[in-house]
Amino acid sequence: MQEEAKTLKEITEEEYQWGFVTDIEEERIPSGLDEKIIQLLSEKKGEPEWMLEWRLRAYRHWLTLKEPKWANVHYGPIDYQAITYYSAPKKRQELKSLDEVDPEIRKTFEKLGISIEEQKRFSGVAVDAVFDSVSVATTFKEKLAELGIIFCSFSEAVQKHPDLVKKYLGTVVPHNDNFFASLNSAVFSDGSFCYVPKGVRSPMELSTYFRINAANTGQFERTLIIADEGSYVSYLEGCTAPMRDENQLHAAVVELIALDNAEIKYSTIQNWYPGDKNGKGGIYNFVTKRGKCAGKNSKISWTQVETGSAITWKYPGCILAGDNSVGAFYSVALANHYQQADTGTKMIHIGKNTRSTIISKGISGGHGQNTYRGLVRILKRAAGARNYSQCDSLLLGDKCGAHTFPYVEVNNSSSQLEHEASTSKISEDQLFYCRSRGLSQEDAVNLVVNGFCKTVFKELPMEFAVEAQKLLGVSLEGAVG
Amino acid sequence: MLEIRNLHAQVDGKEILKGIHLKMNAGEVHAIMGPNASGKSTLANVLAGRATYAVTQGEILFNGKNLLEMSPEQRAREGIFLAFQYPVDIPGITNSYFLKAALNAVRKYRGLEELDAIDFLSCVREKLKLLKIEESLLNRPVNVGFSGGEKKKNEIVQMAVLDPKLAVLDETDSGLDIDALKVVAEGVNSLRKKENAILLITHYQRLLNYIVPDYVHVLSDGKIVTSGGKDLATQLEEKGYTWVREWNH
Repeated sequence: MQEEAKTLKEITEEEYQWGFVTDIEEERIPSGLDEKIIQLLSEKKGEPEWMLEWRLRAYRHWLTLKEPKWANVHYGPIDYQAITYYSAPKKRQELKSLDEVDPEIRKTFEKLGISIEEQKRFSGVAVDAVFDSVSVATTFKEKLAELGIIFCSFSEAVQKHPDLVKKYLGTVVPHNDNFFASLNSAVFSDGSFCYVPKGVRSPMELSTYFRINAANTGQFERTLIIADEGSYVSYLEGCTAPMRDENQLHAAVVELIALDNAEIKYSTIQNWYPGDKNGKGGIYNFVTKRGKCAGKNSKISWTQVETGSAITWKYPGCILAGDNSVGAFYSVALANHYQQADTGTKMIHIGKNTRSTIISKGISGGHGQNTYRGLVRILKRAAGARNYSQCDSLLLGDKCGAHTFPYVEVNNSSSQLEHEASTSKISEDQLFYCRSRGLSQEDAVNLVVNGFCKTVFKELPMEFAVEAQKLLGVSLEGAVG
Repeated sequence: MLEIRNLHAQVDGKEILKGIHLKMNAGEVHAIMGPNASGKSTLANVLAGRATYAVTQGEILFNGKNLLEMSPEQRAREGIFLAFQYPVDIPGITNSYFLKAALNAVRKYRGLEELDAIDFLSCVREKLKLLKIEESLLNRPVNVGFSGGEKKKNEIVQMAVLDPKLAVLDETDSGLDIDALKVVAEGVNSLRKKENAILLITHYQRLLNYIVPDYVHVLSDGKIVTSGGKDLATQLEEKGYTWVREWNH
């Protein structure tokens, strides 16, 4: 028993593995936020007038908003004037190939286990890497272009595909959607853009890797994915950040649009720095993600594994506008140490015979607080709509908490909704059973938690599922109290 | 192999074991019989290292090592296996994944190479064949939705795969119909070897018709009140446990 106590202690004190800082020269604009800053930011990026106008419209609306306080999370006030809204690796010129990427940045991505070149060669995953505010490299662009797939940084899309951006930007998450979405609309720096043309199935997973490096910087990326009629794309998103004592703000917006018979699978592994074991530092992750099943028979699924961030505020949802469209949300959220997660989904049924599935697995350890908040809204014309929701919470200790807020609004009597929920504490019997077969305490916890998350993990692409399992293992360490 | 000296143990502050002495050598099968609440399961759990059972006195040596200083996983890796009276469900984890993880943890500790998926599968298939148990068991989540008989068989599969030095079977016969009992008994017999020892904990003599023990001990009120050969079990069956209770006084 003594030995066990020792290992647990050692492990609890283990540090975040991705917490290094890359030493590169950065170009930043002064901190603070006003119209001049937005103009400067837009200018730096060489944006057209319409883009600046859109930003300013969002900014002016943002000024009228108050930070939302309804989430089940607690944090001190955020000083929006102390944040730097643009930071980019310096001396950036048009890159002809990946070999021209700053070697320091390449090293960073290699440390993170995503050597861009290796990925390019072997894995068949196209990667867009966003470092602080700027997209550093997009691999496989030419290969995708042969199929007519556009996969590039958001900034590049604004320059090269303005019609598509203008047509779809803000159609799912409008500039006045909520406090953090408006802020993002005003100051978003970069992100990924993807367009899959009619009838094309993307032959590879598209992936974006986000990294916050600079101190006192907010990261506000914007992702827009459009799947035209009959197309299919699977998209992966990963994120890490250095360890810093102060909290950093991350307020992203992701918009997905699926036209007739199109399908988008969006998978996230969110591993922003969660703060240390005493709750100091960490990322505030206030994210608005929404997909619109605009066309009939379209499908959007969100799969997320949320292990990082000090605070997570995130409700990836689906607007099921097209008849027979299908939305899904599969989530594993871990809140360990002093992490707080308030996450869930919104399923808005508008079209006839629309279906949605929600599977949420919340795991709380240490002093972590995990909240599921979900809305299922069935509008009047959504005849025959169906929803199935399952929310399970697993408690690993006796100082953590699990909370569930399911909201349901039904305006059509022909719809069917099912909701199942459970809360359980990891059982001593399960752990003892595993240990009596030779597994260590940590492996036993891992095994039980992985079993708990199984229905979500099986929705992830293969390699991502393996990464998610490993990450969960590392993040769980010291969680059982 | 196993030496228990003056073992006292309590649960929730209540003394259950009140001075157990027991010695087992390699190659032997011992049966511990006793009425309800005599401390049989407590003894099994103490051997496996369950934290809720507190040892207050005495010692246990396993191949010369102090067992009481070891964590449950260390004991398993050293070669102790407990077949649970109530095997536990692990939803979402297949039997095959669980067994492979356990086997490799044990192999690693013993300095053996960890088995990859293919070697593991051929190893486990061989054991299943020996036990006459269907392979479909491997793809089902650990004990989830298993019948009582299936759970007990599953324990025997785990035992066969992990190949322990000392197997402790805690009322493995309880709740089994005669066919399942035979399967379990045959499984245990097939694993009987010169190098290992088996401790059968049971309420009924029935199991001992199929697994014939070398020694029988009768446990009553936390103490072994009498020991003997396999005939003791038959005698006990005839006279009932009231006969034994008199020995405590």
